[in-house]
Amino acid sequence: MIGKWLVLAFAALCWIGAAEAKPLSVVATFTVLADMATQIGGPDVEVRSLVGPNGDIHAYEPTPDDARALAEADLVLVNGLHLEGWIDRLVTVSGYKRKIVVASEGIKLRSFAGEAGSEAPVVDPHAWNSAANGAIYAANIARALAAADAEHAAGYRDRAERYAGELRELDAWARRVISAIPRAKRKIITSHDALGYLADAYAIEVHAPIGFSTTSEASAGEIAALIQQIRREHIKAVFIENASDPRLVEQIARETGATLGGTLYPEALSEQGGPAPTYVQMFRHNIETIRAGMQQN
Amino acid sequence: MDWLYQLTVAPFADYGFMRRALVACLALAVGSGPIGVILVLRRMSLAGDAMSHAVLPGAAIGFLVGGLSLWSMTIGGIAAGLGVALLSGVVSRSTGLREDASFAGFYLASLAVGVMLVSLKGSNIDLMHILFGTILAVDDQALYLVGGIASLSTMTLLAVYRPLVLECFDPGFLRTVDGRGSLYHLIFLVLVVLNLVAAFQALGTLMAVGLMMLPAAAARFWARQVSSMALVAVGFAILSGYLGLAASYRLGLPSGPAIVLTASLVYAASIFIGSRDGLLYRKLAAARFPRQVLGQ
Repeated sequence: MIGKWLVLAFAALCWIGAAEAKPLSVVATFTVLADMATQIGGPDVEVRSLVGPNGDIHAYEPTPDDARALAEADLVLVNGLHLEGWIDRLVTVSGYKRKIVVASEGIKLRSFAGEAGSEAPVVDPHAWNSAANGAIYAANIARALAAADAEHAAGYRDRAERYAGELRELDAWARRVISAIPRAKRKIITSHDALGYLADAYAIEVHAPIGFSTTSEASAGEIAALIQQIRREHIKAVFIENASDPRLVEQIARETGATLGGTLYPEALSEQGGPAPTYVQMFRHNIETIRAGMQQN
Repeated sequence: MDWLYQLTVAPFADYGFMRRALVACLALAVGSGPIGVILVLRRMSLAGDAMSHAVLPGAAIGFLVGGLSLWSMTIGGIAAGLGVALLSGVVSRSTGLREDASFAGFYLASLAVGVMLVSLKGSNIDLMHILFGTILAVDDQALYLVGGIASLSTMTLLAVYRPLVLECFDPGFLRTVDGRGSLYHLIFLVLVVLNLVAAFQALGTLMAVGLMMLPAAAARFWARQVSSMALVAVGFAILSGYLGLAASYRLGLPSGPAIVLTASLVYAASIFIGSRDGLLYRKLAAARFPRQVLGQ
């Protein structure tokens, strides 16, 4: 009899222990946010990214699995700025009612006026591509984690501080590396317009045959203008991206005699073991690849 | 005269990608124009659209096996397309189920398999996007493919032309004198699949069917005989490809939609001013011969 009670008591203890140890369940829309949450949350969070490694976030189609993950989540991280056009409907169907954290809050936005000033300006959503902005993302995420899980707030703050220091160093390193290259040579071509913030932060000229979203289609006139510019300014640094169609850029390289300078990771991390499994490594890889390409210019 | 040169020739003289795009359009026009005409005659105008979905699982398997390789995706697409075309052809001929219904059945199943494969593979590079090309990115391999298929298609069509056209109008008669009507029909379905796969590689789904069906539908307003209709369709397709590309260059429009929209404009104009059954022509004829019953 006593044995039975002991077993029950032990089971109850285990249950309480398990409930206490259960980490905060965080769902991020894509790998960059997921990695930041992992870096800051450490062992206290369990992070899931809806769009996987090397995935195209513009053209993602959510699955029922995603809706279930959202329904069970304690916190949802999104980039905002209309990057994830599909997230609102997914949140609605999943019934998720808690906080949705917009990681890009407080960023100084980069936008293009619409055609002939008729439309509202189009905002560039790829804000994480400068390390300084990355630090703002990290701060937003850290604040959200601390608010959602007050018990571990101190841990979040510590890790966030260390991470912010790492990002500051990264930013300084990128500035140093890029400023070593003469300004006239700082010109690159990529598949789609995802590196605008990087371009602004480190004074590089970035051109792409298609716009902010991979789902748009190029026009012959724009491609011709781009080719002319490449020839005129002797640009040799042409890059493909891990998560978008390489064929258009390959065509441009063929036409201009530029050489493909490798793969950039502008909006999705690589698999573990790839060249860009974390945000910091992704940023480092992009800057190094761009630097090597620009030296050919 | 320089402005004329600048407007019409310069884009193609100055840029290799424009020449490639134009050659791809020419080859597609020659290959798929006549196919479109026969599809219209057989009341299968929507079959092309159905087939564009049917090739998806094959192209997806090709991509998953061979990566972004033109050949693996093409072979996969052709295999899936042929499977659907032949199965639905055989089923409709041997059971009496209408051809369109049997097509719908098989292409929907095939589409479901394709979407399933794409989704199971996860969210790697947007597959639907990458499976199908854009005309501005046509490379040499894709040109060989498109040109080869256009040549093969034209020669095959010439070889089976008479019985095929006969079968369009009077399948019963052909069956009594030849007995191989179904064979010609199946050969024709193979040609449809080949041309569509070629067009996917060059243009993407939407475009592929547009360049096949719109000129064919427009040609019906200008010509009476099947052979002349086919020639007119090829001419319209070439014209649409050329004007669409030039407009895309000059006005900065996306190329695929520009070409298909040009073809749509040709079609719309044909409805009004076509010399055979065009609305304007009917009006004139009605004014001139008020008592004659038109449209017979």
